[in-house]
Amino acid sequence: MAERYELRFSGAGGQGLITAGIILAEAASIIEGRHAVQSQSYGPEARGGASKSEVIIGEAPIDYPKATIVDACLAMTQEAADKYAVGIKKGGVLLVDSDFVKNPPQGDYKIYSLPIMRTAKVDVGREIVANVIALGAMIALTDVVKRESGEQAVLAKVPEAFKDLNKKAYSLGFDKMKEVLAG
Amino acid sequence: MAKKIALLQGNEACAHGALYAGCNFFGGYPITPSTEVAEVMSGELPKVGGKFIQMEDEIGAMASIIGASLAGSKALTATSGPGVSLKQELIGYACIAEVPCVIINVMRGGPSTGMPTGPGQSDVMQARWGTHGDHAAIALCPSSCQEIFSETVRAFNLAEKYRMPVQVLFDEIVGHMRERIVFPEPGELEVIDRTAPSVPPEQYKPFDTSFGDVPPLAAFGSDYRFHVTGLNKAEDGFPTTKAELVDAEERRQIRKVEGAEARADIELNEEYMTEDAEVVIFAYGSTARSARYAVNELREQGIKAGLFRPITLWPFPEKRVAELGEQVKAMVVAEMNLGQMVFEVERIVKNTCKLGLVTRVDGDPLTPTQIIDQVKEVL
Repeated sequence: MAERYELRFSGAGGQGLITAGIILAEAASIIEGRHAVQSQSYGPEARGGASKSEVIIGEAPIDYPKATIVDACLAMTQEAADKYAVGIKKGGVLLVDSDFVKNPPQGDYKIYSLPIMRTAKVDVGREIVANVIALGAMIALTDVVKRESGEQAVLAKVPEAFKDLNKKAYSLGFDKMKEVLAG
Repeated sequence: MAKKIALLQGNEACAHGALYAGCNFFGGYPITPSTEVAEVMSGELPKVGGKFIQMEDEIGAMASIIGASLAGSKALTATSGPGVSLKQELIGYACIAEVPCVIINVMRGGPSTGMPTGPGQSDVMQARWGTHGDHAAIALCPSSCQEIFSETVRAFNLAEKYRMPVQVLFDEIVGHMRERIVFPEPGELEVIDRTAPSVPPEQYKPFDTSFGDVPPLAAFGSDYRFHVTGLNKAEDGFPTTKAELVDAEERRQIRKVEGAEARADIELNEEYMTEDAEVVIFAYGSTARSARYAVNELREQGIKAGLFRPITLWPFPEKRVAELGEQVKAMVVAEMNLGQMVFEVERIVKNTCKLGLVTRVDGDPLTPTQIIDQVKEVL
């Protein structure tokens, strides 16, 4: 099969995970010049508690635009984990917010946890950047795009006044994940 | 200078394609899953001196684009299947009065309200026959965000060139997903404007066929005065019941789209790995993306599969489908409805190859696996 890497960001509606997916797709397709398709939960599905955003990245044009077997999944809440941490590839990865996902669904994949929301609140002082922390962590976990590409895409998305805040959030997410990976 | 690139939703790409084509009027009524088309047009049209109006309903929206177009604008509306149902009477009016306009249908399920937020491809026959009476139809069906941009441009070109309504059909999946768009430079894609009259106002006849099957159209309200009606009409635009005039008009309106020369101009297909194919999947819009994935998978398994993707759905690509029918052992039609285009394919290939059908109408896209299974079953 053509090379494709599938990511799913899930959490509570309003946590900015659709934006995180869009930023990742921009990093891959606009900044790195590769191919990406982003889609998201829509309609009644999106109005419930949990929402998701999917990004497929490849070196060739992406044909089927939805996830088939997920390489990497993020779950920010227990509800999102229960609903969307499914169909993860054997050997894939699941990242959860350690404070909110107490019972991550088990499977033939590696589970990592980080206090994403707490990092936003305590280390950055703004819960609103949790999605950018999560994005940094997911990029660190998967190496699906370069660190710099992710940062550039984040900064292109936010207003001037919030650039430093988001840069800090992105770096924190990235570095904390790398620390976890280093054991 | 580097070209402008952006990650856009299909619906957003559609609006930008319309602007590239010179669209300067949008009349619409919001409906899921097409609303982003209107949203972008409402922001962008005022910047280029165009007009945006949200009408009281779908019927009013269709009436507004007919009026705007007659007055010389390049006019667009965007809706979904239920909206097209309401517009049907006026689509017929635009057909017989020969008014260029573009109708975007971001398809969902149905009938009636159906499942507004789910994708569907069940309006493909509506696009062909969705108004009463004999009439020609042009419908285009892109399957990526970039192609939505370029096919929207082409829809305007065909509407203006053939003086008729043109529909662009895509579905919720492509309408809402985001992909990279490379904005073409001005002049990079062909932009066609309608042919203006070459005669002075006093000699102008709006349906003067001495200029060909598509007579020049003057702007209503300019120095050129003419009559517009939904009745069969003579060259001067006034109603007629003269048998030979009615007959000639009815036949001309079909011929202008379905004549050999017009077909060659309007039809557009993409083929993938069909050269040596023993089985061809016939799929369009977002389903063609699943089909392409299926073709790669089948090839890896040693099955010589190919994809035929009509980008122009109407007029139906009879000639090429017939040729493929002679070549292959089987064709498999994949569509997000309970079987519509399959009857067109069957009409063409029923004596030459086996035919399979795989459908889905539960709000999720057809998966490559479903298509692969059907291909294997038919073989």
